[in-house]
Amino acid sequence: METFNTIITGVGGQGIITLVSILDQACLLQGYDVKSSELHGLSQRGGSVITHIRFGKKVNSPMVSKGQADLIIGLELMEILRDADFANIKTSFLVNKISMQFAGHMKDEEIIEKLQKVAGKNLHLVPASDICKEKLQKEVLSGVYLLGYAVYNGLLPLKPESVLGAIKELVPEKYLDMNIKAFNLAKTA
Amino acid sequence: MQGALDAGVDFVSGYPGCPSAEIGEEFGKIAKENGIYAEWSTNEKVGLEAAIGASFSGLKTLVNMKSFGINVCSDSLFPLAYTGTKGPMVIFVGDDPSCHSSAQSEQDSRGYAYLSKIPVLDPSSPQECYDFTKLGFEISEKFNVPVILRATTRVAHQKAPVEYSGRPHSAKATRGDFVKNPHQFCTMPPRVMEMKEELLEKLEKIKVFADKSKANRIDRCRRPIRTGIIASGISYFYVKEAMEMLGLDLPVLKLGFFYPLPENLIAKFIKGKKNILVAEELDPYLEKEIKRIAKDTGTKVEIHGKDFLPETGELNTEKVLVAVAKIIGKKAPALKKSAVAVDVPRRTARLCEGCPYWFILPTIKRVAPEGTIFGGDIGCNMMAGLPPHNIQDYLFSMGASMGISHGVSKASGQRVISIIGDGTFFHSGIPGLVNAVYNKSNPLIIVLDNRITAMTGHQQNPGMGKTLMGADIQQIKIEDVAKACGVKHIKVLDPKNMPELESAIKEFLQKDEVSMIICRRVCTLLERRLKNNPDLREFYGNI
Repeated sequence: METFNTIITGVGGQGIITLVSILDQACLLQGYDVKSSELHGLSQRGGSVITHIRFGKKVNSPMVSKGQADLIIGLELMEILRDADFANIKTSFLVNKISMQFAGHMKDEEIIEKLQKVAGKNLHLVPASDICKEKLQKEVLSGVYLLGYAVYNGLLPLKPESVLGAIKELVPEKYLDMNIKAFNLAKTA
Repeated sequence: MQGALDAGVDFVSGYPGCPSAEIGEEFGKIAKENGIYAEWSTNEKVGLEAAIGASFSGLKTLVNMKSFGINVCSDSLFPLAYTGTKGPMVIFVGDDPSCHSSAQSEQDSRGYAYLSKIPVLDPSSPQECYDFTKLGFEISEKFNVPVILRATTRVAHQKAPVEYSGRPHSAKATRGDFVKNPHQFCTMPPRVMEMKEELLEKLEKIKVFADKSKANRIDRCRRPIRTGIIASGISYFYVKEAMEMLGLDLPVLKLGFFYPLPENLIAKFIKGKKNILVAEELDPYLEKEIKRIAKDTGTKVEIHGKDFLPETGELNTEKVLVAVAKIIGKKAPALKKSAVAVDVPRRTARLCEGCPYWFILPTIKRVAPEGTIFGGDIGCNMMAGLPPHNIQDYLFSMGASMGISHGVSKASGQRVISIIGDGTFFHSGIPGLVNAVYNKSNPLIIVLDNRITAMTGHQQNPGMGKTLMGADIQQIKIEDVAKACGVKHIKVLDPKNMPELESAIKEFLQKDEVSMIICRRVCTLLERRLKNNPDLREFYGNI
């Protein structure tokens, strides 16, 4: 398989680093070579976070080049727009319909309009935070929910068993059940 | 970390920073069960010195720090090159090209190799971080020199599968044995000149070792070609990626040794070539050395580097692709077209919701008379310089606010409010405080004591009553330190009580001596974690 390029983007505190670990492990379980790159530090304080995950037969650089992403998952509306230059006309955009406001934040309608322009029919706008809040009382599960959405809708060439296996290996016992539920919630969505 | 563990490390010291803090943190978790000793030292200099003591006592030691840490510890690093090590030592230094998590400068720490004459290894991947850590210990053991392992953010904060041996560990921890040897451990003239000669001799031997080492290797191509690429660190993978995109098959010399360089190998590689591209991040150290080697060996070859690649900011595949295309005289191919970049407002880091600093910074801003100068320091309190606060007139390095505020106060007579965090105060704020008292200036120092080294991810510090390995210690109180340093006007308060903070600021701004307000309230993230996690609550107790 040619290298599959994924970007996950959002805001510090949304659980992105855990999400990347799950995805990495799932790739390994499915027998792929995988490399991912992430930034910590200031990002813990509510700054933008962007992570790159590349997997396939053999991966060189851990970084996705501009215009080369196959899938961009955005846990926050404006953050995915910020990283839209990693996309080409075929790139899938999977977006959590939620915005983390700050002074100078763009209006949601404006962001969505721009996203539609960039992504066209490849835009999947999903209210993941709302769904997780309503059904599982935990907004932070929205990342795992989106991962499930990507897998069950064929946006990510990984088997559900691989990701579920990774979740079982990495998530502490206490939170395991709700993570599995969040992942599978997308199956019926 | 696994590399050091499998190499049989006994003693780990360092200071947390980005991208290196995870090493110390992980050792904190596993040290006890593996018979290892691990600590957060008060700063990198002390951390290195602790490791020197352990090495002189025969232990295998690892020191970890971020880029600027090597500046802090350099005073002891240079003599260490002269005395050499007894127990082997690897010093991990995490550089951060593009300053993703670094406020001070875009430092290329490889340059320390030339100043200190200490071998430097430059890994490209997590696998090489593992392999080179072991190699570093091997070199250190063989030649009795410390070895610096320099990794950049993209290498250090990367996840990839790593093959490791997982050899059963038999650490000696604190069971070292210091055997007196002043001849080797004391640097004093005229002996120090002999030591320098000894170091130069060792380096000659290490050069031979480097020339044979598998850490440097050539990826050959199928047919002879007169263009070659020399790369190190993460740049190597950008080169591989770019060649794949261009459908090229060029020979690549990948350098794992930065210092000393495998000069014979390089000479052999460039011989008969017409063009060479040197792909390295930031400073053109390799490029200059390779040009010198070409000159020394009379090799006629065109060497390109920083004329094709930027000296500022990290590299990536796109930048390297253009350089590789240039060197073979082709135009870079049109890639899949990138969607139009959209201009999006910058999301600056900000104080967390519930952060105690939310009580402090606006109060300072409100109360300080117009024209007050605001000193800033490293840590979460850096956010004072960002909206909505905007109260930061200078920001340098760890603890620097103390010295600069003294200088401004002394030179201008203007009112100075100097802000520093608890971790930074212990790291290197104290000498500056002593200086301000001793030389009689009058800044108002406000210590933002959130009970932990928060910015780098909640590491223990001397003020909070816990060590890295979880031992209980007596809290070192900042007010006690300040009092002992001769500060006469000290107030400790809970910043949630804003009227008290306000009147303290007003009162102390009238003083013509150094004054200090310590705002003590636990970091809100830690508070939340303590609330939700009984084990953590029991661990930290009453902080």
